Amino acid sequence: MSVAGRIETDRAYGGGPTTVSACPACGVAPSAERLAELSQPLTARLMLTIPAAHCAACISTVEGGLAAMPGVHSARVNLTLRRVSVEADPDITADTVKAALLGLGYEAHELDPGLLSATETDRQGRELLMRLGVAGFAMMNVMLLSVAVWSGAADATRDMFHFISAAIALPTVAFAGQPFFRNAWLSLKAGHLGMDVPISLAIILASSISLYETFHSGEHAYFDAALMLTFFLLAGRYLDHRTRAVARSAAEELAALEVPRATVLRGGVEVVAAITDLGVGEQVRVRPGGRMPVDGVVVEGSSEIDRSLLTGESLPDYTGPGSVVSAGEVNLTGPLLVRVTAAGKDSSLHRMADLVGIAESAKTRYTSLAERAARLYSPLVHLLSFSAFAVWMWITGGDVRFAINISAAVLIITCPCALGLAVPAVVTAASGRLFRKGLLIKHGTALERLAEVDCVVFDKTGTLTMGTPEAVDIDAHSASDLALAAALAAASSHPLARALEAATTAKGVHPAVVEELREVPGYGVEGRWQGASVRLGRAAWCGAEGLAVSATYLRCASGPAQAFAFADRLRPGAETAVAALAAQGKRILLLSGDSEAAVTQMADRLGIAEWSAGVLPAEKAARIAALMAAGHKVLMVGDGLNDTAALAAAHVSISPASALDAARVASDIVLLGHDMAPIGDAMRIACQSTRRIKENFAISALYNVVAVPLALAGFATPLAAALAMSLSSITVSLNALRLR
Amino acid sequence: MEILAFLIPVTLFIGGVGLAAFIWALKSHQFEDPKGDANRILTGDWDQKPKP
Repeated sequence: MSVAGRIETDRAYGGGPTTVSACPACGVAPSAERLAELSQPLTARLMLTIPAAHCAACISTVEGGLAAMPGVHSARVNLTLRRVSVEADPDITADTVKAALLGLGYEAHELDPGLLSATETDRQGRELLMRLGVAGFAMMNVMLLSVAVWSGAADATRDMFHFISAAIALPTVAFAGQPFFRNAWLSLKAGHLGMDVPISLAIILASSISLYETFHSGEHAYFDAALMLTFFLLAGRYLDHRTRAVARSAAEELAALEVPRATVLRGGVEVVAAITDLGVGEQVRVRPGGRMPVDGVVVEGSSEIDRSLLTGESLPDYTGPGSVVSAGEVNLTGPLLVRVTAAGKDSSLHRMADLVGIAESAKTRYTSLAERAARLYSPLVHLLSFSAFAVWMWITGGDVRFAINISAAVLIITCPCALGLAVPAVVTAASGRLFRKGLLIKHGTALERLAEVDCVVFDKTGTLTMGTPEAVDIDAHSASDLALAAALAAASSHPLARALEAATTAKGVHPAVVEELREVPGYGVEGRWQGASVRLGRAAWCGAEGLAVSATYLRCASGPAQAFAFADRLRPGAETAVAALAAQGKRILLLSGDSEAAVTQMADRLGIAEWSAGVLPAEKAARIAALMAAGHKVLMVGDGLNDTAALAAAHVSISPASALDAARVASDIVLLGHDMAPIGDAMRIACQSTRRIKENFAISALYNVVAVPLALAGFATPLAAALAMSLSSITVSLNALRLR
Repeated sequence: MEILAFLIPVTLFIGGVGLAAFIWALKSHQFEDPKGDANRILTGDWDQKPKP
C-alpha cells in the first residue's frame, strides 16, 4: 500500500523543497545539509486531503507539526484545495503522516495519485490565465492610445496610434482568441451556431476592418473593442473553468479516497493486490470493518454483513460458509475468506460503472439557460449584422467599406460580452457560497435544475440516517441487566454492541465482571458471570423471539432473554432540512428498501406524510419516472447502490460523501460534511442564482436594445462600443456578486 | 508632440515589464493557492527570522 501510495512528481509549488535562503549570511550554512540531501536516494511525495483546514492557524499547525516529524523534509498546505503535500524519506508512509495529522487534530485521507489528474486541469487553467493576462495588458495599452484618438487626435498622429494599436492588438488576438476560434471551428464542423461563432466572427471582422482602415488612414479603428471583447469573454471562460476545476478536483478526491485494493491469498501468503488484477477462483481475505472488494462465496469464517448501501436494509445479515456476498457490502464482526466468483469486468463493480454511464448520458438532455439564450441569440446576431450590411450597401449604392464598417459595429455591439459573463459569474458566486456550506456542485446546470424542483424524494438508510444505530429503550432495563450488557458489549466491535456500550457509558453504568469473554462471529458475545453462561447477540442464539425492529438480545442464567431495541441514528440536520423543504412548499416522499417498522418510525419522527417501505431499486426509479411524467421536477437524495438508478432518473440529485462511488458519480451535488441542513439553503441559493442569471440576461438585452439601433443607424463610434461593452460587463458582474 | 516618440515606447516597455512579471508569477505556480496565500501573510511563524 505504501509503495503504490507514493509518487514522484515535479515540484508543485514555487518554493519547492529546497528553498534558497533569503538571508545571505545563511547562504553558506545549508551547503552541508544540501549535500546530505543530495546523497539521499529518493524522496517520496505523499498527497493527503485535510477537509478540516480552513485558516491561517491551520496552515501553521499542519506545516509546523509535519516538519517536526523525523524524516519529513517539507510539508506544504494548499488551502484552496484543502490538501497537504509532504516531501519525505521513502520509509515514511501515508499512514504515519495520517496518524501525525490526527494527533494535530486534523482528520486526513490519503489520496491515490493515480486518480488525481490535477496537473492536467492546472495546465488548462494556467493557459487560460496566461491568455487573460496578455489580453488585459494589450487591452489597457490600446485603450490608452484610443483615448487620444477619441479626444481628437487627427491625421498623422491618429494613423500612428492606429498602427501602434494594430501592432499590439493583432498578435494578442491571434494568441488570446484561440479558445474561441477553436470552439467556433468545432461547432461549425458539427453544423450549428454556438456562442463562439459570432464571437470569433466579431473579433476577426473587427480586427481586419480596423487593419484595413488603418492602412487607408480611416477614422474608426476597433482594435480596442476587439481586445476588450477577448478580455471580458476570457474572464468569463476562466471563471467557468475555475468553478469546474474545483468541483472536479473535489470529486476526484472523493473517488481517490477509495483505493481499490484487496488482500489475496496466493500460495499461502497474503498479498495486497489491485482489484483489477484478481481472477475468478482466487481467495480474498476480508477483515471485520472492511468492504467486500469482489463478488464471491464465503469459504471460511462467519460474520454479519451490512448490506445497507446496496439494498437499504438497516439490519445486518448473518453470513457463513456458502453465503453469497457482493462487492460493496461491509463485513462487520469476523474475518472472512471469500472465493472470487466475479472480478474485473464481470463483477458488480462493473455493473456499477454501467449504471453510472447510463446516468451520465441521461444528464446531458437538459438544456441550460445559457444554451437556450445562445440558441436564440446567435442567429439573431448574424441576421442583424448581415441585414445591416445589405441595407447600407443599398442605401449608399455599393459602398462596401462603409457597409462592412456598419456590420462590424453591429457585431461588436451585439456580441455576447455580458452574456459570456452572465452565467459563469453567477455560478461561480453561488457554488463558492455553497462549497463553504459543505455542498459540492458537480454539474454546471445542477443549480438551475435545483431551482425548478417541487418534489423531494429521500432515501432512508445512510441518507436521512447515519447508518449507525443508537439504543432507544435503555431506561426500560434493570441495572443488573445493563451492567451485564455493558460488559458483554465492550468485547465486540459490532455496530449494535458499540452503540449499546456508548449508551450504557453515557448512562454511567459500571460493567459487571464477566469472565471468559469470547466473541462468536456472526452470533454475538458470550461469557461467564457468577458461574453461569451469559450471551448477548442474535435472537435465535439467545433463545428469544426476534422483534420487528433492529435489536440485540441478552440471555442471563435466570429469566427470559431481554431485547435491546435500536433505531438508526438520525443524520445531523436531517430534521432541519426536511422542515426547511416543507416550509418551502415542496412535496416530500420517503422511499426506502428497509422494513416497514423502521420506515414508519422514521417518517413519524420527521413528519413525512408519504412513505413506502421495502421498495426495490427498479421500483424507486419507476416511482421517480412516474412523478416526472406527472409533471413534477424531482430532487432525489440518496446514497446507496439501490438509489443509483433513481438518482439518475431524477431531475437533480444529491448524495452524501459517505455514499458509494456509483451513487456519488450519478448525483449532481455531493454533501461533503455529515450535516444535511445545507440542503434547505442550497434550494434557496439555487432559486436566487437562477433569478440573477435571468436578470443578467435582461441587463445585457437592455444594453443591446439601446446600442443596436445606434449601430444600425451608423452612429456607433469605437467609443460607444467600448462604453457599452465595459458598462454591461461590469453591471452583470456586480449583479452576480449580490448573491447572498 | 516629439515627446510621444519617447513616451510611447517607455509606456509600452513598462507595461511589458508588468506582463513579464505576471507570466513569471504564473509559471512559478503563484496562482495555485490564492486562499492559502491570503492566509499565510497572517501567520507570525517567520516574523523574526526567514524560513530556513
